[in-house]
Amino acid sequence: MGTDPQQAAGKPAAKRQFRIWRGDETGGDLQDYTVEVNEGEVVLDVIHRLQATEAPDLACRWNCKAGKCGSCSMEINGKPRLGCMTRMSTFEEAETVTVTPLRTFPVIRDLVTDVSFNYEKARETPAFAPPADVAPGDYRMQQIDVERSQEFRKCIECFLCQNVCHVIRDHDENKPAFSGPRFFIRASELDMHPLDTRTDRKEYAQSEMGLGFCNITKCCTEVCPEHIKITDNGIIPMKERVVDRRYDPLVWLGNKIFRRGQVPQTSATSGHSSGAVTSGAAHGGVHSHAGGSHDSGAERQAQQGVNWQREVPHPTAPAVDSSGKLPLTELTFDRAAAPSPFGDDVEFPLPAEHLNFAHPQQDEPKH
Amino acid sequence: MRARAAIAAKTLRTDRWWLAPLITVVGLSAWVIYATVRVFMHDFYWVADYHYLTPFYSPCVTERCVEGASHFGSFLPGWWIIPDAALTLPFLLLFRLTCYYYRKAYYRSFWLSPPACAVPDGHDSYSGETRFPLLGQNLHRYFFYAAAIISLINTWDAIYAFHSPEGFGFGLGNVILLVNVVMLWAYTISCHSCRHIIGGRLKHFSKHPVRYKAWTAVSWLNVRHMQLAWITLGTLAFTDFYVMAIAANWFNDLRFIN
Ligand code: SF4
Ligand code: SF4
Ligand code: FES
Ligand code: FES
Repeated sequence: MGTDPQQAAGKPAAKRQFRIWRGDETGGDLQDYTVEVNEGEVVLDVIHRLQATEAPDLACRWNCKAGKCGSCSMEINGKPRLGCMTRMSTFEEAETVTVTPLRTFPVIRDLVTDVSFNYEKARETPAFAPPADVAPGDYRMQQIDVERSQEFRKCIECFLCQNVCHVIRDHDENKPAFSGPRFFIRASELDMHPLDTRTDRKEYAQSEMGLGFCNITKCCTEVCPEHIKITDNGIIPMKERVVDRRYDPLVWLGNKIFRRGQVPQTSATSGHSSGAVTSGAAHGGVHSHAGGSHDSGAERQAQQGVNWQREVPHPTAPAVDSSGKLPLTELTFDRAAAPSPFGDDVEFPLPAEHLNFAHPQQDEPKH
Repeated sequence: MRARAAIAAKTLRTDRWWLAPLITVVGLSAWVIYATVRVFMHDFYWVADYHYLTPFYSPCVTERCVEGASHFGSFLPGWWIIPDAALTLPFLLLFRLTCYYYRKAYYRSFWLSPPACAVPDGHDSYSGETRFPLLGQNLHRYFFYAAAIISLINTWDAIYAFHSPEGFGFGLGNVILLVNVVMLWAYTISCHSCRHIIGGRLKHFSKHPVRYKAWTAVSWLNVRHMQLAWITLGTLAFTDFYVMAIAANWFNDLRFIN
């Protein structure tokens, strides 16, 4: 008689009760499953077992199974959690485990939701702005200066905080005006960053990201799998920085009298609330990295070495979606795979004749 | 626009998520009722023999104040509606009302916005702290300055209380007053606004080593801000009760010296 492999591996496998939401945007409901659970397993293992057995069409997003990719966000017994980091041993033997998709975002199918909202907010958040006169590679900073920002770099973009935040979870109409905790810590990260030169991040956070909607009830901190102190170290310091600028009567009076500290009107601080920050670079214009000039003088110079002025033909513009931007996800776009931000006719590595640099001896015969 | 998943249950949480807001409601309500009763009692706030003054009446500034309790003079009329510490109590109230921790506590428990995480908000619409009156929460910093000054006054009260009819004196009441003052300082210094002012607002800690040290210390306390918020409610009520009991002669102070 052969031994049961499960028995050989330790405790015998037990059958557990699961309720999993199945459906899509047209509707759905909780369905019951009885699944085998082994010692040491997490909720994501059980979902994989279901896919391998009775529910092969159960949709679920996952990637690393190590709590580091942020893909497997779901709600387990009503709490936003990572499926791969929720151990089955945290539940009672007889307990039914209920698994549902994230509530705050539109559902695609079963446990998979469309989290584009977060990518849109990410795109609206002004990027890191290093000093113009320091070249990348020459950035120098001290550890104690950059420490606070580093806490926020632990974010794995699981969007559990975005999902739990009642400002949008319970009030969908706030979505356009509210960026959410993940992007508040992004704003704090950059505002505290020793090398960031943007001075309007506080105003931007208040007027465009909807920092004032947050009532610091700390649910984002409660669910963050990276244990980032989102509220205490990110949102509250940001609120205090806004107070410095906006609600400090002494500062306000000083500004009135001396007319200083006016917010420069950039696209980031203008009145519109859609909030998208457009890049300053004009589309079109001379593209430096695709080549073949029609100016023979410049062409000759280029043959002597570097000539940044050489005019090169414009590559085709990248494929954009109806909003005029690169699509956020494949899901919301009409073709498979992400389009190249450089345009479809640019290939890497660039062909030698498309470069602005020519080796002085390139025409000499090679040996 | 795609639709959200149609999940019938408002929350699927299976734990006792309602317990924490319930405890908060009971705890805060009990404290507010006790404090209101005491503030309008206008009695039993001063022990003349030992110079014990309850924090609820410090400094006493109305005409009905007994001699000794009013170090700043008594210039306000003695109507019962005016608290005897009318200069300080409103600021202390506003300080705690706009405190980031208490905000979390009462938004969750009294206002149900949200009662617990992943439990629906009790209201149909929500604008958070974006407009009047909640926009006023941003004034917390100014109430922090006021509270720091009031803590100085409370410290003076605790020192002044080392007294007996014979001169210097020291009893259990002094220990209680001192513990209360130390806790009040800890709560006040652990304030988020304080953490910001002391160093949090800097961009380059390396250029301000002293403020960085101070910020590190305040941050250590700040992590315990919630605990300190509850501890000080306890020490305030207990100190007040002890002074009331001695003043009303319910029992005698335990004296160590004189
Ligand atoms: S603390 Fe603010 S951002 Fe975080 S969940 Fe609560 S309301 Fe949302
Ligand atoms: S801050 Fe935390 S909860 Fe929010 S997306 Fe990042 S890792 Fe997830
Ligand atoms: S699968 Fe990567 S975080 Fe869970
Ligand atoms: S007193 Fe609580 S945050 Fe200031």
